[in-house]
Amino acid sequence: MTAESTPRRRGRQVTPDSHAFPTKPYDLVKEFVISLLVVALLTVGLAVAFSSPDEKAISLQVWAIKAPNDVVATAVGELAGTTSSAGYGPPYNANGDGQTIGPLNLQNLAGVRTPVNSAEDLVVRPLATVQGDAALTAALKTWGAASADQQNAWASAYADALSKAPNGDPSKVPSGDYGPVPEMGSAFLTLALSGGLEQILSPTGFYSGNETRALLLLSDGAYLEDQARAQSLGGDQWGMMNETGNYPGQPWLWLYTLWYQVPPFSTSDNADAEVWALMMVLTAGLALIPIIPGLRSIPRLIPIHRLIWRNYYADRVTSRPGDDADPS
Amino acid sequence: MTAGAVSTKPNWTARLRDWISRLVPPGQALPDRQPVYVASWIYLFGVLTLSSLVVVVATGCILAIEGSMWWHVSATGRFVNSLHLWSVELFMAFMVIHLWGKFWMAAWRGKRALTWVTGVLAFLGSIGTAFTGYLSQANFDAQWISTQAKDGLNAVGVGAFFNVLNPAQMLLWHVVLLPGALGVLVLVHIILVRRHGVVPPIEAEEPQS
Repeated sequence: MTAESTPRRRGRQVTPDSHAFPTKPYDLVKEFVISLLVVALLTVGLAVAFSSPDEKAISLQVWAIKAPNDVVATAVGELAGTTSSAGYGPPYNANGDGQTIGPLNLQNLAGVRTPVNSAEDLVVRPLATVQGDAALTAALKTWGAASADQQNAWASAYADALSKAPNGDPSKVPSGDYGPVPEMGSAFLTLALSGGLEQILSPTGFYSGNETRALLLLSDGAYLEDQARAQSLGGDQWGMMNETGNYPGQPWLWLYTLWYQVPPFSTSDNADAEVWALMMVLTAGLALIPIIPGLRSIPRLIPIHRLIWRNYYADRVTSRPGDDADPS
Repeated sequence: MTAGAVSTKPNWTARLRDWISRLVPPGQALPDRQPVYVASWIYLFGVLTLSSLVVVVATGCILAIEGSMWWHVSATGRFVNSLHLWSVELFMAFMVIHLWGKFWMAAWRGKRALTWVTGVLAFLGSIGTAFTGYLSQANFDAQWISTQAKDGLNAVGVGAFFNVLNPAQMLLWHVVLLPGALGVLVLVHIILVRRHGVVPPIEAEEPQS
Protein backbone atom coordinates (compact mmCIF):
# COMPACT_ATOMS: atom_id res chain seq x y z
CA MET A 1 0.00 0.00 0.00
CA THR A 2 1.31 3.40 -0.84
CA ALA A 3 0.37 6.41 1.13
CA GLU A 4 0.21 10.07 0.64
CA SER A 5 0.27 12.56 3.44
CA THR A 6 -3.17 12.70 5.04
CA PRO A 7 -5.01 15.99 4.50
CA ARG A 8 -5.49 18.19 7.50
CA ARG A 9 -8.24 20.70 8.29
CA ARG A 10 -7.42 23.55 10.68
CA GLY A 11 -4.56 21.55 12.14
CA ARG A 12 -6.71 18.47 12.66
CA GLN A 13 -6.21 15.30 10.72
CA VAL A 14 -9.02 14.46 8.30
CA THR A 15 -10.26 10.89 8.58
CA PRO A 16 -10.00 9.22 5.18
CA ASP A 17 -12.96 7.55 3.50
CA SER A 18 -13.21 3.95 4.67
CA HIS A 19 -14.35 2.89 1.21
CA ALA A 20 -11.02 3.97 -0.27
CA PHE A 21 -9.04 1.32 1.63
CA PRO A 22 -8.05 -2.09 0.27
CA THR A 23 -10.49 -4.76 1.34
CA LYS A 24 -10.56 -8.43 2.19
CA PRO A 25 -13.38 -11.00 2.14
CA TYR A 26 -15.61 -10.71 5.20
CA ASP A 27 -18.78 -12.75 5.75
CA LEU A 28 -21.08 -10.61 7.90
CA VAL A 29 -24.02 -13.02 7.70
CA LYS A 30 -21.91 -15.99 8.75
CA GLU A 31 -20.47 -13.94 11.59
CA PHE A 32 -23.96 -12.99 12.78
CA VAL A 33 -25.29 -16.56 12.60
CA ILE A 34 -22.32 -17.95 14.54
CA SER A 35 -22.60 -15.11 17.05
CA LEU A 36 -26.32 -15.80 17.49
CA LEU A 37 -25.65 -19.48 18.13
CA VAL A 38 -22.90 -18.69 20.64
CA VAL A 39 -25.08 -16.20 22.52
CA ALA A 40 -28.06 -18.58 22.50
CA LEU A 41 -25.96 -21.43 23.86
CA LEU A 42 -24.35 -19.18 26.45
CA THR A 43 -27.78 -17.95 27.53
CA VAL A 44 -29.14 -21.49 27.86
CA GLY A 45 -26.05 -22.52 29.83
CA LEU A 46 -26.38 -19.61 32.25
CA ALA A 47 -30.14 -20.16 32.63
CA VAL A 48 -29.66 -23.87 33.37
CA ALA A 49 -26.80 -23.23 35.78
CA PHE A 50 -28.18 -20.23 37.68
CA SER A 51 -31.93 -19.95 36.92
CA SER A 52 -33.38 -16.57 38.00
CA PRO A 53 -34.48 -15.08 41.31
CA ASP A 54 -38.16 -14.81 42.15
CA GLU A 55 -38.78 -13.90 45.76
CA LYS A 56 -42.50 -13.54 46.34
CA ALA A 57 -43.99 -10.09 46.68
CA ILE A 58 -44.85 -9.02 50.22
CA SER A 59 -48.62 -8.85 50.39
CA LEU A 60 -50.23 -6.56 52.94
CA GLN A 61 -51.60 -9.71 54.58
CA VAL A 62 -48.10 -11.19 54.93
CA TRP A 63 -46.91 -7.85 56.30
CA ALA A 64 -49.70 -7.97 58.91
CA ILE A 65 -48.84 -11.54 59.88
CA LYS A 66 -45.08 -10.99 60.09
CA ALA A 67 -45.02 -7.48 61.55
CA PRO A 68 -48.44 -6.59 63.03
CA ASN A 69 -47.07 -3.82 65.22
CA ASP A 70 -45.47 -2.18 62.18
CA VAL A 71 -48.83 -2.23 60.38
CA VAL A 72 -50.53 -0.47 63.29
CA ALA A 73 -47.70 2.06 63.66
CA THR A 74 -47.83 2.80 59.93
CA ALA A 75 -51.61 3.27 59.92
CA VAL A 76 -51.38 5.61 62.89
CA GLY A 77 -48.51 7.46 61.21
CA GLU A 78 -50.71 7.99 58.14
CA LEU A 79 -53.45 9.44 60.37
CA ALA A 80 -50.90 11.68 62.10
CA GLY A 81 -49.40 12.77 58.80
CA THR A 82 -45.90 11.70 59.83
CA THR A 83 -45.18 9.00 57.22
CA SER A 84 -43.08 9.46 54.13
CA SER A 85 -46.06 9.52 51.78
CA ALA A 86 -48.09 11.86 54.00
CA GLY A 87 -45.47 14.60 53.75
CA TYR A 88 -44.07 13.66 50.35
CA GLY A 89 -45.15 16.51 48.07
CA PRO A 90 -45.63 16.13 44.32
CA PRO A 91 -46.72 14.01 42.54
CA TYR A 92 -48.81 12.62 45.44
CA ASN A 93 -49.80 15.71 47.43
CA ALA A 94 -48.82 19.27 48.27
CA ASN A 95 -47.56 18.48 51.76
CA GLY A 96 -43.84 18.58 50.94
CA ASP A 97 -41.54 21.17 49.40
CA GLY A 98 -40.06 18.89 46.74
CA GLN A 99 -36.37 18.53 46.00
CA THR A 100 -34.42 21.28 44.30
CA ILE A 101 -31.46 21.60 41.97
CA GLY A 102 -30.17 24.99 42.99
CA PRO A 103 -33.16 27.31 42.48
CA LEU A 104 -34.95 24.82 40.21
CA ASN A 105 -37.77 22.75 41.71
CA LEU A 106 -38.82 20.35 38.95
CA GLN A 107 -40.77 18.22 41.41
CA ASN A 108 -43.18 21.07 42.19
CA LEU A 109 -43.20 22.20 38.59
CA ALA A 110 -44.57 18.82 37.46
CA GLY A 111 -47.39 19.11 39.98
CA VAL A 112 -49.65 16.66 41.81
CA ARG A 113 -50.64 14.17 39.11
CA THR A 114 -51.14 11.04 41.24
CA PRO A 115 -53.12 12.44 44.16
CA VAL A 116 -52.88 10.46 47.39
CA ASN A 117 -54.24 11.63 50.73
CA SER A 118 -52.41 9.21 52.98
CA ALA A 119 -54.81 9.37 55.94
CA GLU A 120 -57.98 9.22 53.87
CA ASP A 121 -56.94 7.00 50.94
CA LEU A 122 -54.67 4.54 52.78
CA VAL A 123 -56.50 4.17 56.12
CA VAL A 124 -59.90 5.85 56.61
CA ARG A 125 -61.56 4.85 53.32
CA PRO A 126 -60.42 1.21 53.52
CA LEU A 127 -61.73 1.07 57.10
CA ALA A 128 -65.05 2.54 55.95
CA THR A 129 -65.58 -0.52 53.74
CA VAL A 130 -65.65 -2.84 56.78
CA GLN A 131 -69.16 -4.03 57.59
CA GLY A 132 -70.62 -5.27 60.90
CA ASP A 133 -68.09 -3.76 63.30
CA ALA A 134 -70.03 -1.38 65.54
CA ALA A 135 -66.97 -0.23 67.47
CA LEU A 136 -65.17 0.70 64.26
CA THR A 137 -68.22 2.45 62.87
CA ALA A 138 -68.43 4.55 66.03
CA ALA A 139 -64.68 5.26 65.90
CA LEU A 140 -64.89 6.43 62.30
CA LYS A 141 -67.86 8.62 63.15
CA THR A 142 -65.91 10.23 66.00
CA TRP A 143 -62.88 10.68 63.76
CA GLY A 144 -64.92 12.24 60.98
CA ALA A 145 -66.65 14.66 63.33
CA ALA A 146 -63.42 15.91 64.89
CA SER A 147 -61.48 18.92 63.67
CA ALA A 148 -58.23 18.43 61.80
CA ASP A 149 -56.28 19.69 64.82
CA GLN A 150 -58.05 17.24 67.12
CA GLN A 151 -57.45 14.36 64.70
CA ASN A 152 -53.78 15.24 64.54
CA ALA A 153 -53.51 15.55 68.34
CA TRP A 154 -55.06 12.10 68.88
CA ALA A 155 -53.02 10.39 66.19
CA SER A 156 -49.74 12.06 67.17
CA ALA A 157 -50.21 11.20 70.83
CA TYR A 158 -50.92 7.56 70.00
CA ALA A 159 -48.04 7.35 67.51
CA ASP A 160 -45.73 8.72 70.21
CA ALA A 161 -47.03 6.23 72.74
CA LEU A 162 -46.62 3.34 70.28
CA SER A 163 -43.02 4.33 69.61
CA LYS A 164 -42.29 4.14 73.37
CA ALA A 165 -44.11 0.85 73.97
CA PRO A 166 -41.99 -2.35 74.08
CA ASN A 167 -41.70 -3.59 70.46
CA GLY A 168 -44.32 -1.01 69.51
CA ASP A 169 -46.94 -3.37 70.89
CA PRO A 170 -50.35 -1.60 71.01
CA SER A 171 -51.43 -3.78 73.96
CA LYS A 172 -48.62 -2.26 76.05
CA VAL A 173 -49.46 1.35 75.37
CA PRO A 174 -50.53 3.20 78.54
CA SER A 175 -53.96 4.78 78.51
CA GLY A 176 -54.20 8.33 77.23
CA ASP A 177 -56.20 10.78 75.17
CA TYR A 178 -55.99 8.99 71.83
CA GLY A 179 -59.63 9.37 70.78
CA PRO A 180 -60.74 6.70 68.25
CA VAL A 181 -57.22 6.11 66.92
CA PRO A 182 -56.44 2.87 68.86
CA GLU A 183 -59.69 1.33 67.63
CA MET A 184 -58.92 2.40 64.05
CA GLY A 185 -55.40 1.01 64.28
CA SER A 186 -56.63 -2.30 65.62
CA ALA A 187 -59.35 -2.56 62.95
CA PHE A 188 -56.81 -1.71 60.25
CA LEU A 189 -54.63 -4.62 61.38
CA THR A 190 -57.63 -6.94 61.29
CA LEU A 191 -58.48 -5.72 57.79
CA ALA A 192 -54.90 -6.32 56.61
CA LEU A 193 -54.89 -9.79 58.16
CA SER A 194 -58.06 -10.65 56.25
CA GLY A 195 -56.15 -10.32 52.97
CA GLY A 196 -58.48 -7.86 51.27
CA LEU A 197 -56.63 -4.61 51.79
CA GLU A 198 -54.81 -4.52 48.43
CA GLN A 199 -58.09 -4.70 46.55
CA ILE A 200 -59.62 -1.93 48.65
CA LEU A 201 -56.58 0.31 48.08
CA SER A 202 -56.89 -0.02 44.33
CA PRO A 203 -58.03 3.29 42.80
CA THR A 204 -60.24 1.58 40.22
CA GLY A 205 -61.25 -1.66 41.91
CA PHE A 206 -61.04 -4.89 39.94
CA TYR A 207 -58.44 -4.96 37.09
CA SER A 208 -56.53 -2.03 38.54
CA GLY A 209 -52.93 -3.01 37.83
CA ASN A 210 -52.00 0.22 39.61
CA GLU A 211 -50.35 -0.50 42.95
CA THR A 212 -49.41 3.08 43.85
CA ARG A 213 -51.40 3.25 47.08
CA ALA A 214 -50.53 -0.26 48.27
CA LEU A 215 -46.83 0.31 47.61
CA LEU A 216 -46.83 3.73 49.27
CA LEU A 217 -48.46 2.19 52.34
CA LEU A 218 -46.05 -0.74 52.41
CA SER A 219 -43.00 1.49 51.99
CA ASP A 220 -44.23 3.82 54.72
CA GLY A 221 -43.72 0.92 57.13
CA ALA A 222 -40.40 -0.47 58.31
CA TYR A 223 -40.92 -4.11 57.28
CA LEU A 224 -40.23 -3.74 53.55
CA GLU A 225 -36.97 -1.89 54.15
CA ASP A 226 -35.92 -4.37 56.84
CA GLN A 227 -36.34 -7.22 54.35
CA ALA A 228 -34.44 -5.31 51.67
CA ARG A 229 -31.56 -4.33 53.93
CA ALA A 230 -31.20 -7.95 55.05
CA GLN A 231 -30.39 -8.68 51.40
CA SER A 232 -28.03 -5.71 50.98
CA LEU A 233 -30.53 -3.81 48.87
CA GLY A 234 -30.51 -0.58 50.87
CA GLY A 235 -29.73 2.70 49.15
CA ASP A 236 -26.48 2.99 51.10
CA GLN A 237 -25.64 -0.64 50.29
CA TRP A 238 -25.41 -0.09 46.51
CA GLY A 239 -28.93 -1.49 46.51
CA MET A 240 -30.05 0.01 43.20
CA MET A 241 -27.71 -2.22 41.24
CA ASN A 242 -28.09 -5.27 43.47
CA GLU A 243 -30.56 -8.12 43.10
CA THR A 244 -32.15 -10.52 45.57
CA GLY A 245 -29.92 -13.53 46.15
CA ASN A 246 -26.53 -13.77 44.49
CA TYR A 247 -27.56 -12.46 41.09
CA PRO A 248 -25.89 -9.69 39.13
CA GLY A 249 -28.91 -7.33 39.07
CA GLN A 250 -28.34 -4.09 37.15
CA PRO A 251 -24.55 -3.51 37.32
CA TRP A 252 -24.86 -0.91 34.56
CA LEU A 253 -26.36 1.40 37.20
CA TRP A 254 -23.07 1.45 39.12
CA LEU A 255 -22.27 5.10 38.41
CA TYR A 256 -25.77 6.28 39.35
CA THR A 257 -25.55 4.24 42.56
CA LEU A 258 -22.03 5.46 43.35
CA TRP A 259 -23.05 9.09 43.94
CA TYR A 260 -25.44 8.09 46.72
CA GLN A 261 -22.52 6.59 48.65
CA VAL A 262 -20.33 9.71 48.74
CA PRO A 263 -20.67 13.28 50.04
CA PRO A 264 -22.16 15.73 49.34
CA PHE A 265 -24.93 13.55 47.93
CA SER A 266 -24.94 11.02 50.79
CA THR A 267 -25.79 13.81 53.24
CA SER A 268 -27.93 16.07 51.05
CA ASP A 269 -31.69 16.56 51.43
CA ASN A 270 -31.83 17.02 47.66
CA ALA A 271 -29.69 13.98 46.83
CA ASP A 272 -32.15 12.42 44.38
CA ALA A 273 -32.53 15.58 42.30
CA GLU A 274 -28.81 16.38 42.47
CA VAL A 275 -27.71 12.87 41.44
CA TRP A 276 -30.18 12.92 38.56
CA ALA A 277 -28.92 16.31 37.42
CA LEU A 278 -25.31 15.14 37.60
CA MET A 279 -26.12 11.97 35.65
CA MET A 280 -27.90 14.00 32.97
CA VAL A 281 -24.83 16.20 32.59
CA LEU A 282 -22.53 13.16 32.41
CA THR A 283 -24.83 11.44 29.93
CA ALA A 284 -24.93 14.52 27.72
CA GLY A 285 -21.14 14.59 27.95
CA LEU A 286 -20.93 10.96 26.83
CA ALA A 287 -23.23 11.59 23.86
CA LEU A 288 -21.40 14.77 22.85
CA ILE A 289 -17.83 13.48 23.19
CA PRO A 290 -17.29 13.93 19.41
CA ILE A 291 -17.56 17.72 19.78
CA ILE A 292 -15.97 18.24 23.20
CA PRO A 293 -12.34 19.39 22.85
CA GLY A 294 -10.02 17.45 25.10
CA LEU A 295 -12.39 14.56 25.72
CA ARG A 296 -12.48 13.63 22.06
CA SER A 297 -8.67 13.59 21.98
CA ILE A 298 -8.27 11.03 24.79
CA PRO A 299 -8.25 8.00 22.44
CA ARG A 300 -5.53 9.65 20.39
CA LEU A 301 -3.42 10.45 23.46
CA ILE A 302 -3.78 7.07 25.18
CA PRO A 303 -2.75 4.67 22.42
CA ILE A 304 -5.04 1.72 23.10
CA HIS A 305 -5.94 2.00 19.41
CA ARG A 306 -2.39 0.79 18.71
CA LEU A 307 -3.44 -2.58 20.18
CA ILE A 308 -6.75 -2.69 18.33
CA TRP A 309 -5.20 -1.93 14.94
CA ARG A 310 -1.75 -3.39 15.63
CA ASN A 311 -1.79 -5.40 12.39
CA TYR A 312 -2.62 -2.34 10.34
CA TYR A 313 0.10 -0.23 11.93
CA ALA A 314 2.63 -3.06 11.57
CA ASP A 315 1.70 -3.56 7.90
CA ARG A 316 1.87 0.17 7.27
CA VAL A 317 5.48 0.19 8.37
CA THR A 318 6.54 -2.83 6.34
CA SER A 319 4.22 -2.84 3.33
CA ARG A 320 5.13 -1.77 -0.13
CA PRO A 321 2.99 -0.90 -3.16
CA GLY A 322 0.88 -3.82 -4.41
CA ASP A 323 1.20 -5.90 -1.22
CA ASP A 324 -2.42 -5.55 -0.12
CA ALA A 325 -5.53 -7.28 -1.24
CA ASP A 326 -7.31 -5.91 -4.26
CA PRO A 327 -9.15 -2.66 -3.66
CA SER A 328 -12.87 -2.81 -4.22
CA MET B 1 -53.86 13.80 -19.33
CA THR B 2 -52.13 12.87 -22.56
CA ALA B 3 -49.01 10.75 -22.76
CA GLY B 4 -46.97 13.76 -23.77
CA ALA B 5 -47.99 15.74 -20.68
CA VAL B 6 -46.39 13.49 -18.05
CA SER B 7 -45.02 15.58 -15.20
CA THR B 8 -41.30 15.28 -14.53
CA LYS B 9 -41.64 16.48 -10.95
CA PRO B 10 -41.12 13.48 -8.61
CA ASN B 11 -43.97 12.79 -6.21
CA TRP B 12 -43.59 12.04 -2.48
CA THR B 13 -43.26 8.30 -3.10
CA ALA B 14 -40.47 8.78 -5.62
CA ARG B 15 -38.66 11.17 -3.30
CA LEU B 16 -38.91 8.72 -0.40
CA ARG B 17 -37.66 5.89 -2.61
CA ASP B 18 -34.71 7.99 -3.77
CA TRP B 19 -33.91 9.02 -0.21
CA ILE B 20 -33.93 5.41 0.96
CA SER B 21 -31.77 4.32 -1.96
CA ARG B 22 -29.16 6.94 -1.06
CA LEU B 23 -28.99 6.06 2.64
CA VAL B 24 -26.23 3.54 2.06
CA PRO B 25 -23.72 3.56 -0.83
CA PRO B 26 -24.39 0.90 -3.47
CA GLY B 27 -23.21 -2.53 -2.30
CA GLN B 28 -22.54 -1.38 1.26
CA ALA B 29 -25.83 -2.42 2.88
CA LEU B 30 -24.58 -5.99 3.19
CA PRO B 31 -21.02 -6.03 1.86
CA ASP B 32 -19.04 -9.25 1.54
CA ARG B 33 -15.73 -7.43 1.92
CA GLN B 34 -14.36 -5.15 4.63
CA PRO B 35 -11.34 -2.84 4.81
CA VAL B 36 -8.13 -4.68 5.69
CA TYR B 37 -7.88 -2.89 9.03
CA VAL B 38 -11.02 -4.65 10.30
CA ALA B 39 -9.00 -7.30 12.11
CA SER B 40 -9.53 -7.35 15.86
CA TRP B 41 -11.65 -9.25 18.36
CA ILE B 42 -13.14 -5.94 19.50
CA TYR B 43 -15.22 -5.81 16.30
CA LEU B 44 -17.08 -8.93 17.43
CA PHE B 45 -18.80 -7.10 20.27
CA GLY B 46 -21.03 -5.14 17.91
CA VAL B 47 -22.45 -8.28 16.36
CA LEU B 48 -22.55 -10.01 19.77
CA THR B 49 -24.65 -7.11 21.07
CA LEU B 50 -27.02 -7.43 18.13
CA SER B 51 -27.22 -11.22 18.52
CA SER B 52 -28.02 -11.00 22.21
CA LEU B 53 -30.68 -8.38 21.47
CA VAL B 54 -32.33 -10.95 19.18
CA VAL B 55 -32.31 -13.51 22.02
CA VAL B 56 -33.65 -10.88 24.47
CA VAL B 57 -36.54 -10.01 22.15
CA ALA B 58 -37.28 -13.67 21.32
CA THR B 59 -37.41 -14.77 24.96
CA GLY B 60 -39.41 -11.66 25.85
CA CYS B 61 -41.93 -12.54 23.14
CA ILE B 62 -42.38 -16.03 24.60
CA LEU B 63 -43.02 -14.48 28.02
CA ALA B 64 -45.50 -12.06 26.42
CA ILE B 65 -47.39 -14.91 24.72
CA GLU B 66 -48.03 -16.62 28.04
CA GLY B 67 -48.60 -13.46 30.09
CA SER B 68 -46.82 -11.55 32.79
CA MET B 69 -47.58 -13.96 35.66
CA TRP B 70 -46.78 -17.21 33.83
CA TRP B 71 -43.18 -17.46 34.96
CA HIS B 72 -44.21 -17.33 38.64
CA VAL B 73 -46.33 -20.48 38.40
CA SER B 74 -44.66 -22.59 35.70
CA ALA B 75 -41.27 -24.29 35.67
CA THR B 76 -41.11 -23.75 31.92
CA GLY B 77 -42.01 -20.12 32.41
CA ARG B 78 -39.31 -19.76 35.04
CA PHE B 79 -36.77 -21.19 32.59
CA VAL B 80 -37.84 -18.78 29.86
CA ASN B 81 -37.58 -15.94 32.36
CA SER B 82 -34.07 -17.12 33.19
CA LEU B 83 -33.21 -17.07 29.48
CA HIS B 84 -34.58 -13.54 29.29
CA LEU B 85 -32.61 -12.39 32.33
CA TRP B 86 -29.29 -13.86 31.26
CA SER B 87 -29.63 -12.70 27.66
CA VAL B 88 -30.17 -9.18 29.03
CA GLU B 89 -27.06 -9.48 31.19
CA LEU B 90 -25.05 -10.65 28.16
CA PHE B 91 -26.59 -7.94 25.97
CA MET B 92 -25.61 -5.18 28.38
CA ALA B 93 -22.12 -6.62 28.93
CA PHE B 94 -21.45 -6.91 25.19
CA MET B 95 -22.83 -3.43 24.57
CA VAL B 96 -20.64 -1.83 27.24
CA ILE B 97 -17.52 -3.52 25.80
CA HIS B 98 -18.61 -2.42 22.31
CA LEU B 99 -19.03 1.14 23.57
CA TRP B 100 -15.60 1.19 25.24
CA GLY B 101 -14.05 -0.29 22.11
CA LYS B 102 -15.57 2.42 19.97
CA PHE B 103 -14.43 5.07 22.42
CA TRP B 104 -10.80 3.98 22.23
CA MET B 105 -11.10 3.83 18.44
CA ALA B 106 -12.51 7.39 18.45
CA ALA B 107 -15.16 5.92 16.20
CA TRP B 108 -16.94 9.27 15.79
CA ARG B 109 -14.28 10.48 13.36
CA GLY B 110 -15.05 11.04 9.68
CA LYS B 111 -18.64 12.35 9.99
CA ARG B 112 -19.60 9.49 12.31
CA ALA B 113 -20.72 11.67 15.25
CA LEU B 114 -24.36 10.74 14.71
CA THR B 115 -23.42 7.06 14.73
CA TRP B 116 -21.84 7.59 18.16
CA VAL B 117 -24.84 9.58 19.43
CA THR B 118 -27.37 6.97 18.30
CA GLY B 119 -25.23 4.31 19.98
CA VAL B 120 -25.24 6.23 23.27
CA LEU B 121 -29.01 6.77 22.98
CA ALA B 122 -29.47 3.04 22.33
CA PHE B 123 -27.42 2.35 25.47
CA LEU B 124 -29.69 4.68 27.49
CA GLY B 125 -32.79 3.15 25.91
CA SER B 126 -31.52 -0.29 26.88
CA ILE B 127 -31.03 0.81 30.49
CA GLY B 128 -34.59 2.15 30.56
CA THR B 129 -36.00 -0.99 29.00
CA ALA B 130 -34.14 -3.24 31.43
CA PHE B 131 -35.22 -1.03 34.34
CA THR B 132 -38.91 -1.28 33.44
CA GLY B 133 -38.41 -5.03 33.10
CA TYR B 134 -37.24 -5.18 36.70
CA LEU B 135 -40.31 -3.15 37.69
CA SER B 136 -42.59 -5.58 35.85
CA GLN B 137 -41.46 -8.70 37.69
CA ALA B 138 -44.41 -8.64 40.14
CA ASN B 139 -42.26 -9.86 43.03
CA PHE B 140 -40.36 -8.52 46.02
CA ASP B 141 -37.56 -7.19 43.85
CA ALA B 142 -40.02 -5.12 41.81
CA GLN B 143 -41.66 -3.83 45.00
CA TRP B 144 -38.37 -2.67 46.44
CA ILE B 145 -36.92 -1.23 43.23
CA SER B 146 -40.11 0.70 42.47
CA THR B 147 -40.46 2.19 45.94
CA GLN B 148 -36.82 3.32 45.86
CA ALA B 149 -36.73 4.50 42.25
CA LYS B 150 -39.81 6.68 42.66
CA ASP B 151 -37.84 9.18 44.75
CA GLY B 152 -35.25 9.87 42.05
CA LEU B 153 -37.84 10.14 39.30
CA ASN B 154 -40.22 12.26 41.38
CA ALA B 155 -37.39 14.60 42.41
CA VAL B 156 -36.92 15.72 38.80
CA GLY B 157 -40.61 15.75 37.88
CA VAL B 158 -40.50 12.60 35.75
CA GLY B 159 -42.50 10.58 38.27
CA ALA B 160 -45.54 12.73 37.61
CA PHE B 161 -45.81 11.14 34.17
CA PHE B 162 -43.87 7.88 34.59
CA ASN B 163 -45.30 6.18 37.68
CA VAL B 164 -43.00 3.34 38.72
CA LEU B 165 -45.55 2.26 41.35
CA ASN B 166 -47.97 1.36 38.56
CA PRO B 167 -46.81 -2.05 37.24
CA ALA B 168 -49.41 -2.05 34.47
CA GLN B 169 -47.97 1.20 33.09
CA MET B 170 -44.39 -0.06 33.48
CA LEU B 171 -45.15 -3.33 31.70
CA LEU B 172 -46.46 -1.47 28.66
CA TRP B 173 -43.39 0.77 28.61
CA HIS B 174 -41.27 -2.39 28.86
CA VAL B 175 -42.90 -4.37 26.06
CA VAL B 176 -44.10 -1.66 23.66
CA LEU B 177 -42.78 1.88 23.98
CA LEU B 178 -39.16 1.39 24.97
CA PRO B 179 -38.44 -1.66 22.77
CA GLY B 180 -40.02 0.22 19.86
CA ALA B 181 -37.82 3.25 20.45
CA LEU B 182 -34.78 1.01 20.97
CA GLY B 183 -35.52 -0.85 17.75
CA VAL B 184 -35.63 2.42 15.79
CA LEU B 185 -32.36 3.60 17.38
CA VAL B 186 -30.60 0.32 16.62
CA LEU B 187 -31.86 0.42 13.02
CA VAL B 188 -30.64 3.99 12.51
CA HIS B 189 -27.33 3.11 14.18
CA ILE B 190 -26.76 0.17 11.84
CA ILE B 191 -27.74 2.17 8.75
CA LEU B 192 -25.24 4.87 9.76
CA VAL B 193 -22.53 2.24 10.28
CA ARG B 194 -23.16 0.86 6.81
CA ARG B 195 -23.45 4.36 5.32
CA HIS B 196 -20.05 5.53 6.51
CA GLY B 197 -18.28 2.18 6.75
CA VAL B 198 -15.98 1.05 9.56
CA VAL B 199 -13.90 3.94 10.89
CA PRO B 200 -10.28 3.84 9.69
CA PRO B 201 -7.46 3.59 12.24
CA ILE B 202 -6.37 6.78 13.99
CA GLU B 203 -3.81 8.63 11.89
CA ALA B 204 -4.44 6.31 8.96
CA GLU B 205 -3.52 7.75 5.63
CA GLU B 206 -5.77 7.55 2.61
CA PRO B 207 -4.34 4.97 0.25
CA GLN B 208 -3.60 5.94 -3.33
CA SER B 209 -5.67 4.01 -5.83
